[in-house]
Amino acid sequence: MDKNRINEFLIEKGLFITAIFSIMVIFVIILFILMEGLPAFEEYGFFNFLFGLAWSPNHGEYGVFAMIIGSLCVTLLSLLMAVPLSLLCAIFMAEVAPNNIRKILKPVVETLSGIPSVVYGFFGLIVLVPFLRESFGGTGFSMFAASLILTVMVLPTIISISQDSLRAVPHEYREASFGLGATNWQTIKNIVFPAALPGIVTAIILGMGRAIGETLAVIMVVGNVVQIPSSIFDPVRTLTANIAIEMGYATGLHYNALFGTAIVLFLIIMILLLVANYIRYKYKVDIGGGYL
Amino acid sequence: MNKIEVEDLNVYFGDNHVLKDVNIEIPKNNVTALIGPSGCGKSTFIRTVNRMNDLIPSFRHEGNVLLDGVDVYNHKMDVVDLRKKVGMVFQKPNPFPKSIFENVAYGLRIHGINDNDSLSARVEEALRSAALWDEVEDKLENSAMGLSGGQQQRLCIARTIANNPKVILMDEPCSALDPISTTKIEDLIHKLKRDYTIIIVTHNMQQATRVSKYTSFFLNGEIIESNLTDKIFIDPQNKKTEDYITGRFG
Ligand SMILES: Nc1ncnc2c1ncn2[C@@H]1O[C@H](COP(=O)(O)OP(=O)(O)O)[C@@H](O)[C@H]1O
Ligand SMILES: [Mg+2]
Repeated sequence: MDKNRINEFLIEKGLFITAIFSIMVIFVIILFILMEGLPAFEEYGFFNFLFGLAWSPNHGEYGVFAMIIGSLCVTLLSLLMAVPLSLLCAIFMAEVAPNNIRKILKPVVETLSGIPSVVYGFFGLIVLVPFLRESFGGTGFSMFAASLILTVMVLPTIISISQDSLRAVPHEYREASFGLGATNWQTIKNIVFPAALPGIVTAIILGMGRAIGETLAVIMVVGNVVQIPSSIFDPVRTLTANIAIEMGYATGLHYNALFGTAIVLFLIIMILLLVANYIRYKYKVDIGGGYL
Repeated sequence: MNKIEVEDLNVYFGDNHVLKDVNIEIPKNNVTALIGPSGCGKSTFIRTVNRMNDLIPSFRHEGNVLLDGVDVYNHKMDVVDLRKKVGMVFQKPNPFPKSIFENVAYGLRIHGINDNDSLSARVEEALRSAALWDEVEDKLENSAMGLSGGQQQRLCIARTIANNPKVILMDEPCSALDPISTTKIEDLIHKLKRDYTIIIVTHNMQQATRVSKYTSFFLNGEIIESNLTDKIFIDPQNKKTEDYITGRFG
């Protein structure tokens, strides 16, 4: 009895300390980024930094606006392709596919998410970029190339989480729907999909996080030219790429400006998460429940 | 007159022989109760009538299930149409996570009624028939998940009625409800039997005597005895029926 209590105490405290420690690590990292990045805002001006069109460390110009646009465009374009594709795939796997096919597909999709991003990037560089060059002209290094690679990279995330939330919808709802004479597709469209939507939104948020944060694969195919694109076949530079490319040799204000870039990226991700969570919360309240 | 006639029905789930030579006649616009211990095949039986068992891959059947003289398993039968005619209320109240209005309108929408006026009219009519209108009339847009269990079950009945069925199958509709909600549902069943043929599965013998005119006793997949409810409970013909209703097993 007493021994159990001691065990209980140790486990509880142990878990508490571990949790506190991980939170502290995150805070220290954030603090460090802020400390290194804020001087750039101070010296160059926050608005100049955020909305400046020129990024030219040699001339002391540190405007990241083009890269904000680059990151957002690449991410949104990839979601535009990935979301419909992965939702159809998730619906197929969760609702339509017979059990034995699902048993094969699920591990395949999960393996896809384990492939290192350099492999995707390399594939993009060797296969996709030349293909785009021959088909559409230009260099092939482009926002479109990066979006395509990112699409493939976020598919597994969105598919597996959406699939889980579709399958978590209670069987009773399906029975009720079939019992009223609904077809399989009517049941999926009107009952199962809406009930799973909060979970599906979560899946899309996580996919979005992966896309906007992806660095290596993007650098390899996106062209990395600091400019506001006029077509999807233009090369752009993303915020993540900016940090990774220049961090090796940056000093002084340039160094601070790269941390400033990280702060901007961080803010964008926070805003996107807040918006997405708000949508999910609102919807969950509206339907009075929801299954993740 | 019989609404449903079942002839030599055998049902298998894989190797499991669940219903054995079931013969039963269900009279029109009456309540027929099915009683029997758990696992004896009552649910399987009623789910055969609206072909809900079709969803189970290992399901197989022999024999005829005649609805108005037509076998529901004949290859020309439109299952969508069948389930519209033969509605079902489940053991656990299972409203959709939608508004009260949309729960009732759902069946109408999927069967092609989209005009707002007729939807409103038919939703109101169904909610009135299910004795729920007065309680929800000013909160039709609220989520159905906020209703009490008894209200949810009446909502499920309203949802079924909205489809204008001929037959309503009820699988232990009160087993998850408190006594007051149970009484409300039983009163409702009394009211509905004028317009609908009702088959109700129940574990509760008193409930069977209260709501039904006919009763069939199921045991291990066979019908042991079918008769007027009064007869079965006062003067059972079969020793097993007597043992069951006097509580000696099951
Ligand atoms: N989906 C199913 N798959 C396989 N066997 C089932 C299924 N549903 C019910 N059974 C079997 O059918 C038999 C009768 O079950 P059921 O009709 O639910 O009984 P009751 O409703 O009388 O309690 C049980 O032996 C049960 O194991
Ligand atoms: Mg049952």
